[in-house]
Amino acid sequence: MSLSEPRQGVSTKETMAQPSIDYWKHRHVLDLDDFSREETDLVFEIAEGMVEILDRDVKKVPTLRGKTIATMFFEPSTRTRASFEMAAKYLGADTISLDATRSSVAKGESLVDSLRTLQALEVDAIIMRHNCSGAPYLAAQNLDTSIINAGDGWHAHPSQGLLDIFTMRQQLGDLKGRKAVIVGDILHSRVARSNIWGMRHYGMKLVLCAPPTLIPHGLRDMLEKYSLNHVTIEHNLDAAIENADIVMPLRLQKERQQSGLISSLREYIQGYQINSSRLAGAKPDVLVMHPGPMNEGAEISPDVAYGTRSLIEQQVTNGVAVRMALLYLIAGGKNR
Amino acid sequence: MTNNLLLIKNARILDPGAGIDETGDILIAEGKISKTGKDITKSGASIIDASGLIVCPGFIDLHCHLRQPGYENKETIASGAAAAARGGYTTICCMPNTNPPLDSAATISYVRELAARDAPRVRILPVGCITAGRAGKELANLTELADAGCVGFSDDGSPVSDTRIMSLAMENTAMLDLPIIDHCEDINLSQGGHMNDGWVAARLGLKGIPAAAEEIMVARDIALCELTGARLHVTHMSTAGSLQLIRAAKKRGLKVTCDVTPHNLTLTHERVMKTQNGAQTLLAYDTNARVNPPLRSPDDIEALIGGIADGTIDAVATDHAPHTAEDKLCEFENAVSGISGFETAFGVLMSLVHSGKIGLNALVTSLTAGPARVLRDKAGTLQTGTRADIVLLDIGHEWTVDVQNFLSKGRNTPFAGCKLKGMVMATISSGQLSWHHSSVRIS
Repeated sequence: MSLSEPRQGVSTKETMAQPSIDYWKHRHVLDLDDFSREETDLVFEIAEGMVEILDRDVKKVPTLRGKTIATMFFEPSTRTRASFEMAAKYLGADTISLDATRSSVAKGESLVDSLRTLQALEVDAIIMRHNCSGAPYLAAQNLDTSIINAGDGWHAHPSQGLLDIFTMRQQLGDLKGRKAVIVGDILHSRVARSNIWGMRHYGMKLVLCAPPTLIPHGLRDMLEKYSLNHVTIEHNLDAAIENADIVMPLRLQKERQQSGLISSLREYIQGYQINSSRLAGAKPDVLVMHPGPMNEGAEISPDVAYGTRSLIEQQVTNGVAVRMALLYLIAGGKNR
Repeated sequence: MTNNLLLIKNARILDPGAGIDETGDILIAEGKISKTGKDITKSGASIIDASGLIVCPGFIDLHCHLRQPGYENKETIASGAAAAARGGYTTICCMPNTNPPLDSAATISYVRELAARDAPRVRILPVGCITAGRAGKELANLTELADAGCVGFSDDGSPVSDTRIMSLAMENTAMLDLPIIDHCEDINLSQGGHMNDGWVAARLGLKGIPAAAEEIMVARDIALCELTGARLHVTHMSTAGSLQLIRAAKKRGLKVTCDVTPHNLTLTHERVMKTQNGAQTLLAYDTNARVNPPLRSPDDIEALIGGIADGTIDAVATDHAPHTAEDKLCEFENAVSGISGFETAFGVLMSLVHSGKIGLNALVTSLTAGPARVLRDKAGTLQTGTRADIVLLDIGHEWTVDVQNFLSKGRNTPFAGCKLKGMVMATISSGQLSWHHSSVRIS
């Protein structure tokens, strides 16, 4: 389909009429480090239209009819995968999903070979998740097909970063001067890394809060290297959370204790759990987000997770809308 | 060369080990350097006109991987030796991490036989294992290995973690008067690491290998060297901290030497992420820049260059580590470590000379007299009567690294496509040409 056609497919509403596609330079979506403000805004603008579609009784539109979107997950996932597949289906695309943990990859086939097979099947985009940082870059370097990174190792999770910022904007409007705090296992977190890049355009402050063992050694130097002055690192949660508008705890995996990165779950909870008493130091209307899956009672208390300040369900809904926007931009454009 | 006479004319003869830097001729007879001087003539000799070229002792590499036996798909002794000759090397020490490893007299003898048969024009000196099977649990039969002809001991790639085992090994190697060629890495600290611990690792979401993982082991083994009196050679040293420890140990008069690789002298960890320009700029996660020890920080490089310049670093060693394309066409975390280094070493190192960071004398020393001293070997000089191991260099020759033309089977190098200035034009081993560039004429 051509770019002038989407309004008949996506929406009859004017919200979808004039997205400035000229800004869009991406063949792939690998991380938010190479997204300009205009490109991020464009994703949000289109995602707003998608939110309206999701509010309808009949959610399906024919925008990507005739397109095939493949998901290839080399690591178990339910939420992200379901979100992408629903996004593709609502847009009318055909989807094929390969569970790479059980396929030929498990039999020793290389990543590039597996993906070349998919390319030979002429899919329009490949959504991939991989436990190794950089795997989608390997794919993008060796394939012509568009790659959408649905999470690579510790490195990036761009659609999550986008949906997080989209959700914040939906709630707070202009994010200038707002303070977000990401708490927990920054070391292993692709969500934190993508949020670092994504938030840089919006005049926000981002505090990364974790014990020293869960912060990458080179992070301070990295922030300095790229002049990411909106980000600070803080080990004390009470200091971090002061006057915060948004608090986002990260999942704490049980293996972290076994590997010695935290002394004990008890000590971690005392220092870093997000619960009502902890949130008392934040702004009264502080919002709580979580990229999921949650470890209730560990990094977040259940009353906060399901309380009135929680945006966790909105994140899930917005996740579908943002991913619809990405698929529209990647697979809905001119045939490349 | 029917009568084994070869005359090199009009060369700049540079032999820093012997304090020679002069223009003249070299006459080679019966595989040995017979005469050096001006206006030598000899009837019946083949003549190489070396005008504009520098003639040095053949290069000596203390650290390479020839992969045979066991990994002939990566390299063979024949292909590795051909690549070495092209790189100017006439003597190379091959590491024992083959399959089976070189931990017995039989495997050492096997490699020496293969070398004599398949690579007669490069002197190949095998390094034996420190521990049986390179497992770090019990000592290999070190005396047996020495008797079979190994020139040193190393469990390269699998550092000896058990301090007591290392101490026992050094007591033995002190008696044998052979060096431990030490891959220094505290694997408890480096475990699971993929690259240098720093901002690039943080950026790419890769686990870092801290400099301390190397320095802890350098410090430990210097202490053991002092305890046992063994000769300790720290190989492919990569950090400023290691250099400091070695400098101090040398000052105390300990028998400690060290080498550094061309890539650790010239590339930083940023090379791993070097972006590739296409329609969309992509992070590279370049597996050809994955190497152990990893590419380090600019501060480390600066310190190491200082170590070459002031002679604290005895040698540059390639750590030539050929791999197949499949070994590298994969996720960064799953890629094997190593760089195919013979054929680019000199050109890469010359960049440091051209930029004025080190002198040509210091560089040539680190490739000749320096490593010879580590091995206590007679090679590495052009003095009359020694083996005619010679290299002819054109330090101004510009060329582009084309891995498709490599003689090594391993095309894994972060220098692919790089423009280099400085080339080995011919290599002579025991008086015989082992490699020469097409522009070199022999009449």
